[in-house]
Amino acid sequence: MPGLKLVDIHKAFNETRAVNGVSFKVAGGEVVALLGPSGCGKSSILAIIAGLLDPDEGELYWNGLSLKNMPTHKRDFGLMFQDFALFPHMNVSDNIAFGLKMLSIPSDERNIRVGEILTLVGLPGYENRDVNTLSGGEQQRVALARSLAPQPRLLMLDEPLGSLDRNLREQLVLDLGEILRQMNQTAIYVTHDQEEAFALADRVVVLNHGSVEQIGAPQEIYNQPASKFVAKFLGLSNLVDAEAYTLDGQTYVKTPLGQFPVQEEVFGQVTLLLRPDGMRVSDLGDYVLKGRIIKRTFRGATCRAIIEVSDIPLTFDFMANTPLPNEGEHVKLAFDPQNTIQVLRKS
Amino acid sequence: MTTQNQRTIRFVRAPKFILVWFAPLVFLAIFYFYPLGSILGISFGREQVSFATPFLDVFGSASVRNVLYFTFWQAAISTILTLMIGLPGAYLFARYNFRGKSFILALTAVPFVMPTLVVAAAFNALLGPNGWVNLVLMEGFNLPQPPIQFVNTIYAILLAHIFYNTTIVLRMVGDFWSHLDPRITQAARVLGASRWGTLRHITFPLLLPSIAASALLVFIFDFTSFGVILVLGGPQYATLEVEIYYQTISLFNLPLAAALSVIQLACTLAMTIIYTRLSTRISRPLSLQPRGFTQKRLTSWSSRILASLMIVLLLALFTLPLLALAGRSFTRLGPERGQLGDVTRGFTLDFYKELSVNRRESLFYAPPTRAIAVSLGYATATIVFALALGMPAAWALARNDSRANRVLDPIIMLPLGTSAVTLGLGFIIALGRPPLDLRASPLLIPIAHTLVAFPFVVRSLTPSLRSIRPRLRQAAAVLGASPSQITRLIDIPLVGRALLVAAAFAFTISMGEFGATALIARPEYPTIPLAIYRFIPQPGALNYGQALALSTILMVITAVGMIAIERFRIADIGEF
Repeated sequence: MPGLKLVDIHKAFNETRAVNGVSFKVAGGEVVALLGPSGCGKSSILAIIAGLLDPDEGELYWNGLSLKNMPTHKRDFGLMFQDFALFPHMNVSDNIAFGLKMLSIPSDERNIRVGEILTLVGLPGYENRDVNTLSGGEQQRVALARSLAPQPRLLMLDEPLGSLDRNLREQLVLDLGEILRQMNQTAIYVTHDQEEAFALADRVVVLNHGSVEQIGAPQEIYNQPASKFVAKFLGLSNLVDAEAYTLDGQTYVKTPLGQFPVQEEVFGQVTLLLRPDGMRVSDLGDYVLKGRIIKRTFRGATCRAIIEVSDIPLTFDFMANTPLPNEGEHVKLAFDPQNTIQVLRKS
Repeated sequence: MTTQNQRTIRFVRAPKFILVWFAPLVFLAIFYFYPLGSILGISFGREQVSFATPFLDVFGSASVRNVLYFTFWQAAISTILTLMIGLPGAYLFARYNFRGKSFILALTAVPFVMPTLVVAAAFNALLGPNGWVNLVLMEGFNLPQPPIQFVNTIYAILLAHIFYNTTIVLRMVGDFWSHLDPRITQAARVLGASRWGTLRHITFPLLLPSIAASALLVFIFDFTSFGVILVLGGPQYATLEVEIYYQTISLFNLPLAAALSVIQLACTLAMTIIYTRLSTRISRPLSLQPRGFTQKRLTSWSSRILASLMIVLLLALFTLPLLALAGRSFTRLGPERGQLGDVTRGFTLDFYKELSVNRRESLFYAPPTRAIAVSLGYATATIVFALALGMPAAWALARNDSRANRVLDPIIMLPLGTSAVTLGLGFIIALGRPPLDLRASPLLIPIAHTLVAFPFVVRSLTPSLRSIRPRLRQAAAVLGASPSQITRLIDIPLVGRALLVAAAFAFTISMGEFGATALIARPEYPTIPLAIYRFIPQPGALNYGQALALSTILMVITAVGMIAIERFRIADIGEF
């Protein structure tokens, strides 16, 4: 199988386990995002793949061949650093040509390639600029160009937009995705921002404390978070403890909010996720929650309300034109348990 | 411990720490600690009643007490005067942008590297009995005697010290000030503090560590001042340094010289330790801002006038003596000894032409041109030694192991705080007898110069080595560079300029070094500063002219070295 495979990678720094049994694959042409909070081991995993760091345990394969004992500069992987690490003593063109030079590509060909790639990243004519005079966004593009130029078989991007401000980030995320697809580039994209990960990646690996929490397509992860951690990390905060039981072949969950039927077949102590967008303001229906509005926030197209139901604060989004009562007033919410309540596989 | 250290990377795996330190530490042990230890040995090892006897002798003597008192007194006055000129200058350079600023800033580096003998000769050419000012006054008012008594007064010493050390205050305080976030003072103003209140409660406390550090450094330099006092102060002023020199060279009272050196060492060591503490406090302050952010133009007329006054003062201070020196070395004004009748006054190259002539036809007398060759040879050797030892030391310091640095950094800086005369005395005592008799070795002087240059070399290399972030090496490796290619394409280009700077430091320091050289040089191989020292007190226009000509040559050589330092220093690297 073409692509990268990590099997049970471990790495500890002193007492801290930075990477704790991580396994995943990246297929050829695929963009995989490593998503997790800072300190979850993302950057260590990249350093291990790049060969800048040796794993304590575990195996690393490219196209089925072990990468063990292959030094960094022979792996033919690209890595774009968070702080870009542009060579301060070289101009833009020399920075980008560096990898090509290492491949002993003749200089006229290098120049053509540098020109092409600068156009691709949207900086045509920047060849002779001093890298120290570039803006953050320009440095980011030069760093991207530098890592793309030698056409690495795998490109790793370590929080490439992390140091840029928000507006710039939104534009660059789209451009970056475009460029990666255009070049059919196999890539690993490390980020702590789920919007970036969802916008760019074919598949997402969610990491926490050096372990994989969930692997899946962005849709899949958002629709069915596997654990409390993933749900919370995605901003899905309506988590309720429950006890599951089966009656006449149908699984029910017993919660402080009431008892509801669910699709999943489970038993015993479970954690439920109430999707934030499944509620209607109405008292018509088989399942109705009664609560009090604690806080209402206008968010443009939607309106977010924190509603206390049986002393549990829950967050729900409504269409902006929904007639919501004022803060402090009571509200009735009708919903369909099958679509709104999910049982998390891991608690 | 940083994670950077644990993330040992295959291709940059560090050699064992101690191995890197081996050469520099062995060098310091043999040529620094052993000679100093020998001085201690002479002081304490005599057959005598008690440990304190040599010091009781020293302190018991009224003349030595006077020397001690004078050493502290002149250093204190010099420091205060230097701060009075340096602090307003620092403010001007820190907070304002104006035309010609970079020129004046470059100029402020001049005194820092100018050899003491050049400066002494320069002030002599400006204000001395045969200097411009006196000659013009004598001519203008038809006076028989020079009206201004400058040479051999305390004012000559103080002025030369101000000339030397204003740069330290300008640079240290100015640099720190220029990065200080102006929003802090703006916030204070918005909160109702007056200009004066802001200065007193906000700016001054924030600047205090840098002011204190610069003042202490100035004090140390004034305290260990030697050439200036020897040449400009004349026989009636003796600091500890000068007294050690007299005791060693004229009276050959090595035990007393050694006892004085011990006192000198104790004082400078204490001050150096305090200085190192203070300077670590400056290096980690507050949220520092890039310069572009903190500086503004001179807009109001009052600020322009004040700034102009300051600029004129600094320009006069830094350029007038040196211009006077260069000009005087090409001008014949007085008659030659024994020469009668009219003298052709005006432009002349005679002083330079005379330099290669051995007029006395004496075997031991060296023509001044030989001094130039000797100095160049010593300077070349110093570059080689200083780089060979400074590179590993700087590399080790750049690895940022804070615990080891705390011990090793002060050791590296020790020679800076040790007077050159003390070093020379240590060499005479320790290296002039078995097991290490180097009296006849031509390497003795380059070794002494290397010790003096060592702190500068290490200090100029370390930031540049530190600036090679591990990230850059990693980036190169990921892009396919092998370890040797990384060294060739990343490390050396980034360090190369720093190496040039370090070499230029070693060169200029060696060319101008006087204190240690004065004690250990052999008479038939004088360096340029020694030759100047010999010429200045000799009567006659020709001797005076030759001293000034040699000084001018040394000034030009030093200026070239200094321009190289400024030119190749990587601007603002590691700053912001």
